[in-house]
Parts: sequence; structure tokens; C-alpha cells
Amino acid sequence: MTHDAIIVGGGIVGCAIAERLARAGLAVCLLERDVLGGAATAASMGHLVVLDDDTAELSLSAYSCARWRELAPQLPATAEYRRTGTLWIARDAAEMDEAARKRERLASAGVDGELVSPAQLALLEPALAPGLAGGLRVVADAVVYPPVAAAWLARRAVAAGAQVRCGVEVRAIGDGDVLLADGGRLRARHVIVANGCAVPELLAGVPVRKRKGHLLITTRAQPAVNHQLVELGYMQSAHGGDGESVAFNVQPRPTGQLLLGSTRQFDDLGCGVAPRLLRRLVARAQEFLPALERMTALRAWTGFRPTTPDHRPLIGAWPARPGVWLACGHEGLGVTTALGTADLLAAQLLDLPLPFDARPYAPARFAPDAELAHAG
Amino acid sequence: MRELRTEILVIGAGPAGIAAAVSAERAGARALLVDMQSEPGGQVWRGQWDKPTNRQSRRWIAALRQSPVECRYGLRLVDFAAPGLAVFDGPDGSLRVRCERLVVATGARERLLPFPGWTLPGVFGAGGLQVLVKNGWPVAGKRVVVAGSGPLLLAAASSLRAAGAQVLLVAEQAAAADLARFAARLASHPAKLVQAAALRLRLAGVPYRSSAWVERADGDEQLRSVRLRIGRYSERLDCDALAVGFGLVPNIEIAQLLGCTLADGAVVVDEQQHSSVAGIYFAGEACGIGGVDQALIQGEIAGRAAAGSARLSFGLRRARARSERFARALDRHFTLRDELRHLAAADTVLCRCENVGYGAAQVCRSQRDARLQTRLGMGHCQGRVCGAACAFLFGWDAATPRPPLAPVPLSCFTASPTEENPQESP
Repeated sequence: MTHDAIIVGGGIVGCAIAERLARAGLAVCLLERDVLGGAATAASMGHLVVLDDDTAELSLSAYSCARWRELAPQLPATAEYRRTGTLWIARDAAEMDEAARKRERLASAGVDGELVSPAQLALLEPALAPGLAGGLRVVADAVVYPPVAAAWLARRAVAAGAQVRCGVEVRAIGDGDVLLADGGRLRARHVIVANGCAVPELLAGVPVRKRKGHLLITTRAQPAVNHQLVELGYMQSAHGGDGESVAFNVQPRPTGQLLLGSTRQFDDLGCGVAPRLLRRLVARAQEFLPALERMTALRAWTGFRPTTPDHRPLIGAWPARPGVWLACGHEGLGVTTALGTADLLAAQLLDLPLPFDARPYAPARFAPDAELAHAG
Repeated sequence: MRELRTEILVIGAGPAGIAAAVSAERAGARALLVDMQSEPGGQVWRGQWDKPTNRQSRRWIAALRQSPVECRYGLRLVDFAAPGLAVFDGPDGSLRVRCERLVVATGARERLLPFPGWTLPGVFGAGGLQVLVKNGWPVAGKRVVVAGSGPLLLAAASSLRAAGAQVLLVAEQAAAADLARFAARLASHPAKLVQAAALRLRLAGVPYRSSAWVERADGDEQLRSVRLRIGRYSERLDCDALAVGFGLVPNIEIAQLLGCTLADGAVVVDEQQHSSVAGIYFAGEACGIGGVDQALIQGEIAGRAAAGSARLSFGLRRARARSERFARALDRHFTLRDELRHLAAADTVLCRCENVGYGAAQVCRSQRDARLQTRLGMGHCQGRVCGAACAFLFGWDAATPRPPLAPVPLSCFTASPTEENPQESP
């Protein structure tokens, strides 16, 4: 049989797209080579956050966070969706000025933020170090447990008629079909490639690079933290140069554990935990949360963010290959923007009104010569 | 953070580690022996440092006491900061050890399998209860059922009886025919034969049933009774405690962390006990369950090899071949029966740390899928208990361990050795 759409990759983005297209009545088949939500999705903190580095990021993340809020009442309890809000923390007056500017930018997308004085900061988060300059509180932001959310989206897709097949690896993408590792072929009118860091394995010329991150989780009964805490310098770390960077980013888990992030590095392609990075990660977190020094680490791990040269995802048709669509390169924001990505891709594929401007995410901006890409 | 340097670091001071460290020193190398317990002995020679109770432990403990091997106890391995740089955590904070070669002798742990009621107070691991009893936990007059599989059940029953417990029954899941073949095999292993005879003697009067296993444990807040399957019959037995264990599984976390090749849940080593990674040797149960004789022989070989003395004497070779035959017999004759895969109900807890039920795990595709979807194995023990159960129940591969190997203070990561303390020298 010929599917209307084959989705390659069962991370949260692929699952969201499968759900969206199945709901639109398409015959959908999602292929995942391992387990649902097992790669970048599993390594994500699941922070549903509106980011405002540029207007494109702002509109995609604000739209997506609103979609998460709509879905929240239906999510299973194990998806652990909680409106923790985000507390962006300023260390000095200059960062406080940045907090004010950030508030303005968020407001332009209809997202409310509230500037917080040092005294208010101490009340909101007593575990924070004294001497901080204040911050910006965004109450609409939330957190979710990504692998369960991804699997739930996949179940909704199945309920709407989709096939979801795990343990099925795609070896190559042909013209109107995909070749499986076991030698089989599946035909489809549309092939949507949403396999994160693995996209270049299937499509030469798609500029997705791995950007490694380290995470660490504590044991339970840690100092109470109420919001997702992020330093305002985070964006500089996230979007700064190609060098290694570390930023304070802490999430309270419903279990009472604290999840500590975040590090970024391009040069290390191995999945091992690097003690040097862990040291920087913990040291940075302790500057903001001194009580961490007495806390216990349970586990540390790493993951890879699929990154594009301009830090914006690739959502739309891949001009080099007719019938092939991309939904990848979300870097550290794939969980947040999965729902917006699915809506935007579905609107393009089904020729529906776009929820927001699609051009900033168009893969065409990186498309090499079509024939060359095909040959590669 | 303190830092030590040594030529050969031996992790684990059970029989294999003691033999490795002593043998390495005898071969002219400097060895540092480290263990997480407060004294050497491991599980099998627990409490024997001051009063060894058998010929083997007397010999090796005396050898360790007389040897110049440096020993450090109460240290848990956290991670390797680099190849040849181990980070430990202990009562005095963290300690880094630089070594040229590494011998890992971290033994085995008990395999526990879920059945209804297995988490009730009063249900113990067979080895775990034996440890408690050796440490003075009172069992005098208590009615205890010992169940599961393997020679450890006899040792546990023997310890319990010696401590005054009333052992109602030893229920071995293996079939009588397999046990008979195993006993016949013992005849060619003199040490084991003596050991087994001594046990039989002490166990006189204790019923020992084959093809028998616990189907469920009952009680409100405390174990009151167990329901046993004995052959084709089902029987209820009132008791105060149940000691249950389904054999041993090798501790392979360090091997996984270091990227050593594994096969069938054990570390693959060559004739010199050398793993697939240069400079890293394994000895004892981590290479496959074989008991104390095998651990001592492998430890001796590993210690000598790590010290650069690669030639094996004829005696060592022969001893190893014999211990390997015993290990294979263990494996073959105590194979766990399929019925044990179907004891748990959907709501029977499988992962105690994260309170994950058997039913929730059963629908997952792999250990990793279960970790992600249910948090199975993500808690305090990091899947050491449920991982071995899942390997048997569902055929899942062990999940990759994440550092730290044991929960440690966050300060362990930030302490900087060069800045805070000049290097000590052993």
C-alpha cells in the first residue's frame, strides 16, 4: 500500500506530526528505529519556554506553548505537565536591563512577564544565593516529561488511524518511498524526515550538527525550588559562538529531585559524561543555589541537540528532493516547539492557512543545488 | 580532594581482589586495594578479617595482613575522570587514584524476582538475610522459609540455623534430576564436596525440596505466610521470614562504564584475565558466577598478569580449568524455570525505588523504553535490582550505567585535586 505520509523518527517532533496528520485524515506511518522519545527527546529537560532571541523563535515558541496549554488537561498524569513558570535570573544591573527588554519582547507576542526585585526573588525562591539583582518571571511557561508526552502523542496518532512502528530503521529515502534496513520498501506520497541529529545520515546537505549537552539529577528531598530557574545569560550561552558554554538552568521535578543543566559543546561527538563539563555544570549551579553543595547527585547523562547554522529549525519542503519534508534542527527547543512545528508542517503539506509566517524556518534557505544534493 | 598514585589499583576486597593485590605485590608490583565496606572480605568472607573460619580465608587474610599492599576501605567508586584515574567517595570526602593498571573484582549480587508480596516486611534476599544474621540481627526462634535457587540457599539456611532460627524448608526451584547431576559434579571438586557435606550435616532435619518455589507471600503489614508450589502441589506455610534469592548476577557496571566487552551478562576476559580494554583486568564473579575457588584463582592470575608476570604455572592452569567446569555446572543445573517468569501480577512492584509495577514494565520494548516511560530503574539503586529481574523476565539487555555509580555529594564533582591538596604518595 501507499501511505499518504511516512514520518521518519519517533521523537517528540515526529510523534506530534504523526498525530496532527492522522487527525487530518491522512494515512500515516511513523517509523522509529529504537524507542519513542529515546534520543534528543529523552535528553531534554522538557522546559516549555517562550524564547525571544529573534522574532521567528518568539512566534514559534509562543504559539507552541499556547498549544501545550490547550493540550494540558488531556495529558496523562505521568507526563507531569506543570505550570512552574520560568524565573529568568539577573545577576547585575545590566542583566536586569536585559530582563526589562525581554519583558517587552515577550509582551509583543502576548506573553506576560513580571519584573522581580531582589526581595521578591528571595521570597519566590528562598534557596537562591543572596545578592542577585532580581529577574523576570514568566508564569505561563511550564515543564513536561518529554518521553511520556511523545509516547502519548503517538498513541493519539494511532487512535486516529496512524501506524506507529518501533524498531524499524530507515536506510535510505528514495523517490516516493523509503528503503528499510531489513530490505523492505514502503511507499508514500510524502516523506517527513524528523529524526533529529540523524537527518544527515539520510539526506546529504541538510546542515544539522550535534551539539552535546550534559544533565545531572539529584536525589529526592532537595531544597525547595518552585520555578524553572534560568540565568539571563543563558541565551548568550545557547546562541553564542561555537565554543563550549555552560549556563545555570535548574528544574524542580515533581519527585522533589532537581534537574541541573546546561552545557553546550560541538567538539565532542561521544556520548560519554565528561567530568570536566560536570564540574563546570555543578559549579555554575552552585553559584546560584549554594545549598547544592550539600546535595546528592543520583545520575548524570548526555544528549545531543540537533543544531542548524542559524539556530532555527528546518520546517517545510526540502527543495532538493520532491516529496521530502523536513522537521528537524530544533536544537534545545524541540519539546517546546513540537506542536507548533506539527501545525506549521501540516498547514504547508495540506495547503491550509499558515498559523504563522513559515519563511524563517524554510529549509530552502540551506538548500544546495538540487541535483548535487540528490547525487549525494 | 586527595589524590593517590599506585601502579595497580584493585577495586573490591573480596577473595578475588585480595588474591589479586597479594599476588601483584608478590610479583614485584605496588598495589592499592580499595573496597566500599569497612574491612576486607567481600560478601563471602564477611566478618572474617578478625576471625577467619575456613582454610582458604585464613590463608589469604594472613597473606594480606603480611603483604605490603596498601588498603583503603569505605570507598565507593564514583566514576573514572580519565582512563587510569578513578574517583572514589568516602567518609573523608572524595579520593582520586591514579593507576597504571586496574584489576576489578567487584563480585556479584543476588538476583531477586518479583512475586506477589515480595516487598512485604519479613521478605529478605537470601544473601541479604545471611549478611544481617552475620552482623547480629536476631533470628533465634523465628520460623524461616528459604527459597529460590542455587548453592547460596544452603549457605543461607546454614547461617540461619547456626543463629538459632527454625528453618522450615529450603525450596529449590531446580528439578531433582538437575540437582543430582550437580551433586555428582561436586565429587570432582574436593573443596566443594567438603563444604557441601558440612552443610548437609548442619542442615540435618531441615526439609530440602526440589522443584519447589514460592508463588506468593501474604500478610497485612508483615509477612505471615507463603504459598509454595512443590511439584504439582500447592502448600501454605506460616512463617516469620522468607529468605529468597535466585542465584547471583555479575556486577558489571564498571565494565560497562569502561567499555569492556561483555557476553551473557559477564565480562569477557582472556587467559590472563585481561578485558578487551588495555590495562584493565577482571577477576571473580564479574567474569561469570563460579564461587570462591574460581575467584581466588582468577584473582591470583589477574594480579600476576597486571604485575607483568604473564606466565601461568601448570597448577594455576589446572585449577582454573577445574573451577570453570564447576561454574558451567552451576549455570546448567540451576537454570531458572519458566514458571518464575509468570508469578508477578500486573500490580506487583517490579522496581521498588520508583514503585513501578510489573504490568507497566511488561508492555515496554526494552529496558531503555521502560526507563523512559515508567522510570523503572531510575531510582536510588539505579536498576541494580530490577535490571537483573527484567533481564530474566523479559530478556532485556542491561541498561547502560550512568555516572556516578553510586549517589554522591555534588561537591565530589567540583573539588579540584590540584588546587586543594598536594599529591600524597603511597
